[in-house]
Amino acid sequence: MLELILFSSLNGVLYGMLLFMMAGGLTLIFSMMGVLNFAHASFYMLGAYFGFEIAKHLGFWIGLFVAPLLVGLVGALIERFGLRQVHKHGHVAELLFTFGLAFVIEEVVQMIWGKLPVDYRVPEALDFVAFTMFGTTYPAYKVFMLSIAIGMFIALLWVLTKTRVGLIIQASLSHPHMVAMLGHNVPRIFMLVFGGGSVLAGLAGVIAGPALVTQPSMAALLGPILFVVVVLGGLGSLTGAFAASLLIGLVQTFAVAINVSLSDVFAFMPFNPQVGTVLGDLWSVTVAQVAPVIPYLLLILILIFRPTGLMGNRET
Amino acid sequence: MKRYAIWPLAALVLLALPFVFDSGTSLTKMSLMCIMAVFALSYNMLLGQTGMLSFGHAVYYGLAGFMSIHALQILAGPSASMPLIVVPIVGAVTGLLFALIFGWVSTKRAGTAFAMISLGLGELVAASSLIMRSFFGGEEGVSADRSKLAAWLGLDFGAQIQVYYLIAAWTFFAVLAMFAITQTPFGRMANAVRENPERAEFIGYSTQMIRFISFCLSGTFAGIAGALAAINFEIMNALSVSGAQSGAVLLMTYIGGVGHFLGPILGAMLITALQISLSDYTGAWMLYFGLMFILVVMYLPGGLAGLIMAHEPVVRAGHLQRLIPAYLLAAVPAIICLSGAVAIVELAHHALVKAATEGPQMSVIGIEFSSKAPIPWLVAIGLFVTGLLLSRMTWPRVRDAWSEVHLLMKQS
Repeated sequence: MLELILFSSLNGVLYGMLLFMMAGGLTLIFSMMGVLNFAHASFYMLGAYFGFEIAKHLGFWIGLFVAPLLVGLVGALIERFGLRQVHKHGHVAELLFTFGLAFVIEEVVQMIWGKLPVDYRVPEALDFVAFTMFGTTYPAYKVFMLSIAIGMFIALLWVLTKTRVGLIIQASLSHPHMVAMLGHNVPRIFMLVFGGGSVLAGLAGVIAGPALVTQPSMAALLGPILFVVVVLGGLGSLTGAFAASLLIGLVQTFAVAINVSLSDVFAFMPFNPQVGTVLGDLWSVTVAQVAPVIPYLLLILILIFRPTGLMGNRET
Repeated sequence: MKRYAIWPLAALVLLALPFVFDSGTSLTKMSLMCIMAVFALSYNMLLGQTGMLSFGHAVYYGLAGFMSIHALQILAGPSASMPLIVVPIVGAVTGLLFALIFGWVSTKRAGTAFAMISLGLGELVAASSLIMRSFFGGEEGVSADRSKLAAWLGLDFGAQIQVYYLIAAWTFFAVLAMFAITQTPFGRMANAVRENPERAEFIGYSTQMIRFISFCLSGTFAGIAGALAAINFEIMNALSVSGAQSGAVLLMTYIGGVGHFLGPILGAMLITALQISLSDYTGAWMLYFGLMFILVVMYLPGGLAGLIMAHEPVVRAGHLQRLIPAYLLAAVPAIICLSGAVAIVELAHHALVKAATEGPQMSVIGIEFSSKAPIPWLVAIGLFVTGLLLSRMTWPRVRDAWSEVHLLMKQS
């Protein structure tokens, strides 16, 4: 039991930090530009595939640095030549633009790298066991992922609170017109933030690619979860996004580890619905099987009962 | 009187189409177009009429489809007394029922929050479809045999032509009903909620109630579309409640145009036709579909219907001939650019996907070449760039022609 709690917490925190690497950028983009970026998870996928391609020719470590920058470049170009064009048609058009973009990126990735998962492996230097506890091993690569994610978090915090660029970004979150009147080029800040967010998503992709599966559906699997995190945390709140990322990460990891169904809990009762009926299905489904549904339930509940999210201060 | 003449005309066209296109494939194609037209129109009741962007509309279509397929199975029993023709009512009721439940939850909010709730609900149902295997049939889905039902007026609906007429009849009445709704005071209030919810509240209407009613009506018609799909395919699988299906109806509706009643029908017909015919020619048709959507979002926010309807006043004023020369001039570089873009996509698709199994050789109108050689690529990119550059020169002509027409129309 202790073993389960320990490893699930570790994995949950790791998954939560990965989520935050993407949700952080998404929150910044959303609160600043009002665009709910459907393609954000696609940048994560692009990061994984770029990392894979570079690792094949030049090695993992070069990919770790170059791939996120490439993704950032792609993101900045899309903002400059696509999103800015759509901006005048309003938020719905912007949302639909990113929706179409996610669609196209998935198709292009499928065309270039195929529909099957690619063989993106953990680099040899990190392919060993970090520690063993209660007879279960923990791979060094996961420790590496965790440290990158924490490092990124500290760097983001430092940039946003201690540097001039960060101050301008924070100011244009709440008062974009005032920032423009002070002589700052707001469209360029938008491009910078969009590119920066893409870099973070790309970095998450590069390090998550070898640990999870690098396949064309990875964006579609993760995208909706990111929205859950951003809405749950509260729009415009980075701290909220951080808390929500950890919460979702932990909830999902623990749920997957619990193999209990209603029929197990109420085994002492004479009531026992027949297998093969809808009620029977619901009765015998385990918590692990419901795990993918939990974030969406949370999303719906929070939007109904606390529309500002956990720590946000404005309504969706 | 002239306004209403279009409805008997549409009915006649639906009746006559099978005599013109009588092959099996075109019958299937037309049946599918009708189903998608109802589905897209029901979606537009939300997006176009009431201004609610939903990412989970397939829920009502898919759940109604599943309920109808189960109804087909039950009605196919020995004591069957109900004909196939009433099965869409099962779909409509199912759609309405789930729209009542989910709509009550989601229409409390508008705008982005509504979009997010609809996304969450869509994912929720899609995920549950994999858990409740006895209802959704797991991976292989649920199938039924529509010809086992009691015959109606001697028709057993085994043949596609009979099914086409059944679908066409339901489509006609569903479209008529949806159009009628837009003409009622409620339809007008829905438009008011879309345009300015605050003022709609001020004149004494509850915007939440109007959103809720819109949502329920939309779910009902999506349910009819789902039931028609169940009748047409005789099989339903988890894909029909998935996010991909919700995305497809959004793309169709938007490409067709959300601002005009006929837009979604246009989009549904065009996309279904492309889906069926393009997939024979190219493996990259999904990519074209996505690129088309992005281009529409960027340059044609009114969709295809918006583009066509913009010409209506010009035609009425008799100034169309002033636009045609500019259009013809602009068409030349546009076609060059388009063919360049298509060539790039096809070369890439061939080199990256097909070359692995068929080798790099490909041929266009009898000319053989390798998709990995540099010359075809240079030609394709050259065409694309030339078209793009020439377009920049011809586009101002179109704009000038339009401003001239506008000026003339103002003067008269």
